[in-house]
Amino acid sequence: MQGADGVVARLEGRLRGLPGSATQVAGRLPALPYRVRSRSGGGGDHGAPPPSVEEQRTGWRYRLRRLSDRWRRSLQLRVVTATLVLSAVVVGVLGYVLMQHLVTELYDDKLQSSVNIVDAGLATASGEAQFSKPPDPSTAAAMDALANQLRSTGGTPYALEVTLPPADQGPPVYSGGYAVGFWGQAPALPQVLVRRVQQQNPANHSPQRYWPSLPVASSSTPVPGLLIGASFGYNYGYQLYYFFPLAAEQHSIASMQRTLLLVGLAVVFLLVAIAWLVTRWVVIPVRLAPQGARRLSTGALNERMEVRGTDELAALATSFNEMAASLQEKLAELQDLSQVQRQFVSDVSHELRTPLTTIRIASDVLFGAKAELDPAAARAAELLQSQLERFESLLTDLLEISRYDANAATLDAEPVDIATIVRQSADVAQQLAERRGAKIEFRLPAEPCIAEVDRRRVERILRNLLLNAVEHGEDKDTVVTVASDSAAAAVSVRDFGVGLAPGEDQLVFDRFWRADPARARTSGGTGLGLSIALEDARLHGGWLEAWGEPGKGSVFRLTLPRTVGVELHGSPLPLNPYTAGLDAAAPRGLAHLSTVAVLAQPAVAVGPAAGGDRTSAAAEGQPGEAAAVASASPDGAAAAADGVSADSNDDSQPGPGTTGSEVATRG
Amino acid sequence: MKGRVLVVDDDIALAEMLGIVLRGEGFEPSFVYDGDKAMEVFRDFRPDLVLLDLMLPGMDGIDVCRQIRAESGVPIVMLTAKSDTVDVVLGLESGADDYIVKPFQSKVLIARVRARLRRTDDPAPETLTIGDVTIDVAGHSVQRAGEPLNLTPLEFDLLVALARKPRQVFTREVLLEQVWGYRHAADTRLVNVHVQRLRAKIEKDPERPEIVVTVRGVGYKAGPG
Repeated sequence: MQGADGVVARLEGRLRGLPGSATQVAGRLPALPYRVRSRSGGGGDHGAPPPSVEEQRTGWRYRLRRLSDRWRRSLQLRVVTATLVLSAVVVGVLGYVLMQHLVTELYDDKLQSSVNIVDAGLATASGEAQFSKPPDPSTAAAMDALANQLRSTGGTPYALEVTLPPADQGPPVYSGGYAVGFWGQAPALPQVLVRRVQQQNPANHSPQRYWPSLPVASSSTPVPGLLIGASFGYNYGYQLYYFFPLAAEQHSIASMQRTLLLVGLAVVFLLVAIAWLVTRWVVIPVRLAPQGARRLSTGALNERMEVRGTDELAALATSFNEMAASLQEKLAELQDLSQVQRQFVSDVSHELRTPLTTIRIASDVLFGAKAELDPAAARAAELLQSQLERFESLLTDLLEISRYDANAATLDAEPVDIATIVRQSADVAQQLAERRGAKIEFRLPAEPCIAEVDRRRVERILRNLLLNAVEHGEDKDTVVTVASDSAAAAVSVRDFGVGLAPGEDQLVFDRFWRADPARARTSGGTGLGLSIALEDARLHGGWLEAWGEPGKGSVFRLTLPRTVGVELHGSPLPLNPYTAGLDAAAPRGLAHLSTVAVLAQPAVAVGPAAGGDRTSAAAEGQPGEAAAVASASPDGAAAAADGVSADSNDDSQPGPGTTGSEVATRG
Repeated sequence: MKGRVLVVDDDIALAEMLGIVLRGEGFEPSFVYDGDKAMEVFRDFRPDLVLLDLMLPGMDGIDVCRQIRAESGVPIVMLTAKSDTVDVVLGLESGADDYIVKPFQSKVLIARVRARLRRTDDPAPETLTIGDVTIDVAGHSVQRAGEPLNLTPLEFDLLVALARKPRQVFTREVLLEQVWGYRHAADTRLVNVHVQRLRAKIEKDPERPEIVVTVRGVGYKAGPG
């Protein structure tokens, strides 16, 4: 519908600018009747009752979202839409040009034939003797006769008019009889044209043209037409007006427009359909590729695409298949390598362990008999014994690490109570702690904390963490906390020893990394313990994280999913004890100490740039507790209050990536 | 104490060293260096306990273990260089009562050997019943619905330990201590595998055990419900 309007509008504009058209006489093609009809027809679309605003909005949004979703996902939709838009534009432009051309042709023909008729009519009229003299009573009859005569020669003389000079003496005289072929009374001549025809007498009496819309024939509605007027005869006082209705032309233009519109729509539709079909041919195999790739990535290594012909799609399928094949090959190779590695590890293991056993037992025998040996030999037996132990644990750890490197580690999970494992894993560490005059404090939940874990590995992790904590705890107590939620179980091991420098919370898990190279020789570990513990945790799909600050001790937190294969989203225990309130993990003897440390901190740390420092975060985490402690320790009260007010940042618990030392470096 | 120990190990140095230690503790060792000859020597020597290396030339240690188990309930302690679950479980499933991972200390070896040889002389006649299984403790025999069942001494001990306190839940650690004689936490896979083997012999449907029941996350108990 709009297309029709647009074409008409353009047509109007074009007509306005036509060479030799109404330029001399200001005028324009009046509103075309069908244009009005087309508008009223277009209005019918809005006849349906409007839906409620709410309904409209949600429906709109939903549809819009779905559409934009489809737009982003479907190449086919985009291609089809682009084809629709582009073909509509092309067809529109072509139709416009074609229409323009046809209209111009039609107009030129009509104009030419009209001018010829007017010229012929003028010649006839000028030949009449009656018009070579001023008007008299017989003039009317002569005009009638002329009108009849001219009508028979073709064209419809609109009016023959006599104007008496000077023209301003009265309105032109009309003869009703001349308006033959008009419906009812002939309408008044446009004064613009009349004046021009009059004014041009006698200097220029070429015919003047005008395009009015006049009611013609049996139609009451105005018909566009060409009105041509000229003066002739005595003193050019007589005027002859011809009206050539353009109804037929308008009709043919309209019907051409309709035809063109229909053809255009059909072409656009066909192009869109073709585009849809073609993209379907292309897109379907292209869609199969990601499907295949997805299946490939889930492990269906035998997934292949169907290759048809030798075109680009076949090339796609072929290269996909080649990729899949090479992937399969590489995987098999890797599997072989892994198998070889595993076998090697196993062989080395066996080959090394058997003689080591012999040495070990021999050493035991020597050690047992050292009372009978001379002092040097006895000491040698002692050293042999102790270093063999070290060698053994190093070998065990190395083999374990190489097993992880070869991806040969398997998870042997069963449901166990984590708290029980914690107790059982603590025996060695507890002995060590007792020797150092410290103790291990257990904070275990009353309920059993069942999780599907590999008991052997979790025990190993915990033994490692506990031994580490006691070894680096500077003879202070160690706190072990166990907690669980619906998805995860966590164990945190807190010591109050030397702590970790910034960045060390990652380094501790590196192989053979030692906090202080000078201490390396005395501490007993192999340097692989935490690396293995980390691998053990990862094998469970769990986390092993460290937090520490120099002088404040460290926290190692193990978080394991309660069900094998479930991804972790959080830990039931905090990693950084300071963000979780005023060091809830501090044992009773140390609670005061750590509290003082915390409260002393804001005096230093609360500066303009200290946003998010850990002490204020701590105060924020548990404002109630902060207040309670503050009242017990008057010195710290102001500082603690400062901490709360100075920092309004909502610094929540750090996630797995945020570590204590990062917080510490910020603070 | 009777203490004939058959050492099946291809490593001569280790075998000799084991011999020194075993003799030092009053046992009487004998040696086989080849899996193929193991059965022959086993039948001649009639040991009270077998120390069996898993990797052997000739017949594999696993096969030797199965063959010994097929004709005798004598305690078998595996010596393995592999502590991987698969290897350990395979060894235990083939009939070994216990295993020691190389390298081990001599006192660990002796403790394990003694634990396996320890026979609680319990002359008091005692008959236990769980479901349709009847256990004659003194007579060392088990019957299910009148059918005698052939359990190894270890399986028997395990069943008796559970049956003496029906409906009480035993953790794996407690069972390790009572049945295997371990003081410290040890490998609980031992318990799992032996419970499976025991079930295979005494349960009507080992997939749905009624006599030795798993208590999820805790351990095992005897009797239904």
